[in-house]
Amino acid sequence: MNFDFSDQQKQLRDEARRYLAEHSSPKAVRAVLDGGAPFDRALWKGLAGMGFLGVAVPEEFGGAGAGYLELCVIAEEMGRALAPVPFSSSIYLATEAIMLAGDDAQKRRWLPELASGQTIGTLALFERPGNPSPKGIATTAAGDRLSGTKVPVPDGAIADMAVVAARTGQSGRETDISLYIVDLKDKAVTRKTLANLDPSRNQAEIVLANCPAERLGPAGEGWSILTRVLDRAAVLMAFEQVGGADRALEMGRDYALDRIAFGRPIGSFQAVKHLLADMYVSATLARSNAYYGAWALSTDAAELPEAAATARISATQAFQHCAKNNIQVHGGMGFTWEFDCHLYYRRANALALSLGGLSYWEDLLIDRLRSRNAA
Amino acid sequence: MNFDDTPQEAAFRSEVRTWIDANAPKQLEAQLSRPSVGRVKLEGTDIIAASKAWQKKKAEGGWACLHWPKDYGGRGATPIERVIWQQEEGIYDKLAGVFLIGQGMCGPTMMTYASEEQKRRYLPPLASGEEIWCQLFSEPSAGSDVAGLRTRAEKKGDDWVINGQKIWTSGAHYSDYGIVITRTDPTVPKHKGLTMFFLNMKSPGVEVRPIKQANGQQEFNEVYFTDVRIPDAQRLGAVNDGWNVSLTTLMNERLSIGARVWTGFSEIFDFCSNFVTDDGPALDDRAVRSRLANWAVRHSGLKYTSYRSISALSRGERPGPENSIGKLVSGAMMQDIATFATDLQGAAGVLTDPELAEAAAQFQSMLLASPSSRIAGGTDEILRNIIAERVLGLPGDIRVDKDLPFNQIPTKGR
Repeated sequence: MNFDFSDQQKQLRDEARRYLAEHSSPKAVRAVLDGGAPFDRALWKGLAGMGFLGVAVPEEFGGAGAGYLELCVIAEEMGRALAPVPFSSSIYLATEAIMLAGDDAQKRRWLPELASGQTIGTLALFERPGNPSPKGIATTAAGDRLSGTKVPVPDGAIADMAVVAARTGQSGRETDISLYIVDLKDKAVTRKTLANLDPSRNQAEIVLANCPAERLGPAGEGWSILTRVLDRAAVLMAFEQVGGADRALEMGRDYALDRIAFGRPIGSFQAVKHLLADMYVSATLARSNAYYGAWALSTDAAELPEAAATARISATQAFQHCAKNNIQVHGGMGFTWEFDCHLYYRRANALALSLGGLSYWEDLLIDRLRSRNAA
Repeated sequence: MNFDDTPQEAAFRSEVRTWIDANAPKQLEAQLSRPSVGRVKLEGTDIIAASKAWQKKKAEGGWACLHWPKDYGGRGATPIERVIWQQEEGIYDKLAGVFLIGQGMCGPTMMTYASEEQKRRYLPPLASGEEIWCQLFSEPSAGSDVAGLRTRAEKKGDDWVINGQKIWTSGAHYSDYGIVITRTDPTVPKHKGLTMFFLNMKSPGVEVRPIKQANGQQEFNEVYFTDVRIPDAQRLGAVNDGWNVSLTTLMNERLSIGARVWTGFSEIFDFCSNFVTDDGPALDDRAVRSRLANWAVRHSGLKYTSYRSISALSRGERPGPENSIGKLVSGAMMQDIATFATDLQGAAGVLTDPELAEAAAQFQSMLLASPSSRIAGGTDEILRNIIAERVLGLPGDIRVDKDLPFNQIPTKGR
């Protein structure tokens, strides 16, 4: 059994960690958080230069053709460093959607630019509060023109293109939904940045007014493609969350060692130790589940839907748990703008909602376990 | 990243599989396949006799304690081969329960501290199950704080004379031998005055009394020592160095990795798949689904955590600390699952007759037995301390009795 990353993949992780420690420092994250820029453009270019963006894109489409395990270790480091760039939107969502459903021409048109970072992509799925559902999609497609309002769209104000879910039928079934590619620079697109829990990442409203679009994948298969895209993104996002959870745990541990109260390090009090031990437990469970997801993603295993939901739930819980208890360990200082704890708390809660909330993934997991047991 | 065996591992697995298929006590298969909480019981068959028979057969085939050296009854197998054996042994592993403490804890301690002659005498029958061993550590006033134990050993000529009381000794009533930790010097701080011995459990002055547990079962014992004489030759380690000897015992246990993760998840998932309320199948209920999903990811997390450790063994490395979370997660989970399952049953959840109660009353048994899984083998609180101190590197608790002579430590809270 070799349920671990290879030495080469671990080297890549170390390389990404070093690069991000230097170029995605808390100071850089705060520059975006404080509203200086919608994302860290220099970091984005740097990541492209390092070859991190196209690591899982095949060579024939301008990527490195390394694979998903490589992308997973990079994702973990992006999460650890809270990288203020549209990595997840462009790579896990837009790039994956085009790789899964694009025809040859679409792949040639978009993948090289996405892999090089020249083009930033995203997925415009949500329109109203609630979990991902075909019922929630009112944006309509009339021929190759889309009309409707998407909100929130992650990195929507930054992206150059979006994969958009639109309604092409009224039967009340999943097959009413189709996917389209939209050039967000088109004049029929209006965008607005929205205030959100984690301002180190952009969220936007996108209004499409009879906007030209090109269909991605067969008509009526939009929802089934989306489900697969979300599964794949869930595994990759789980690694970001695991990276963030680990860092929040380390911050809490370090503070507990340094901070003296009642004449001793607070980390010597059992009440504090047990908080940190529980954080370690959830981070460890989440890491192991994320590895299971990575295995399923990299081998395109039949277990991928189950593994993805498992990884997603576990990682969401772990990052939220570690981020909130990191603040608790820090006490009052943890609730200041000056300390970095809130950066992790914000990111943990934003990522927890980004692909649909926990209840959505819990439902999926039970459906998937049930159908496996029935089989 | 893959779950595949190396060619060597695959060859070993196939050899194990063939042997088990040809030799396992298949007449017990149905009974052993049933889910069980705590000690396994067999109908119409004495579990100890059945366990001894299977262990004997394994020993004759060279599969008993296979990670031990051949000279002491083992096979000289590697850690990963041991894991492969456990995976393949499957349900028949339930017959290894009575040997677990002897082979898992007493054996390695004997291997480190006994004389060569003693090792050749005692280890092979321990491996083959002909002799069963127990471990006499805990005392009424020394549970989590085991170094606070009070059983005295005093040197009389070439012998030591033991007086005192042990508790929570699994299997003492059917054990042939035991390792016992005693206080040999009460005038020095508590960790520094302890000494380890092994003894024949049939020695004069040893009295074993079963403990009736909170769930009504009897799986543990109290063991009383009244002027029990142990020859100095049966001392393990130096006089007053018993604490370090006991750490070897416990460390050995931490290195072993269970091949299976048991949390109660598959039992509760099956139950909810089949149980129908007035509102329809339990598995269609939103609240039920949410609870199940939470347990599903904890179960899966433990399973893949153990796979990570197994992978380290497969590479010939020592597993990392990640495996320390197992009992902490599964113990609490079992209790929560049992509580939840009885709650779904409503007022009928109080019934414990297997003929009447849902799921043959397995969740009622689990509910009553589960408090012990959060205590035995290290309480949840001690496990959290271990993770915090040994994994995360946080400072030890302030111990007010650490440097006091043992006989000056207060014995009453008020």
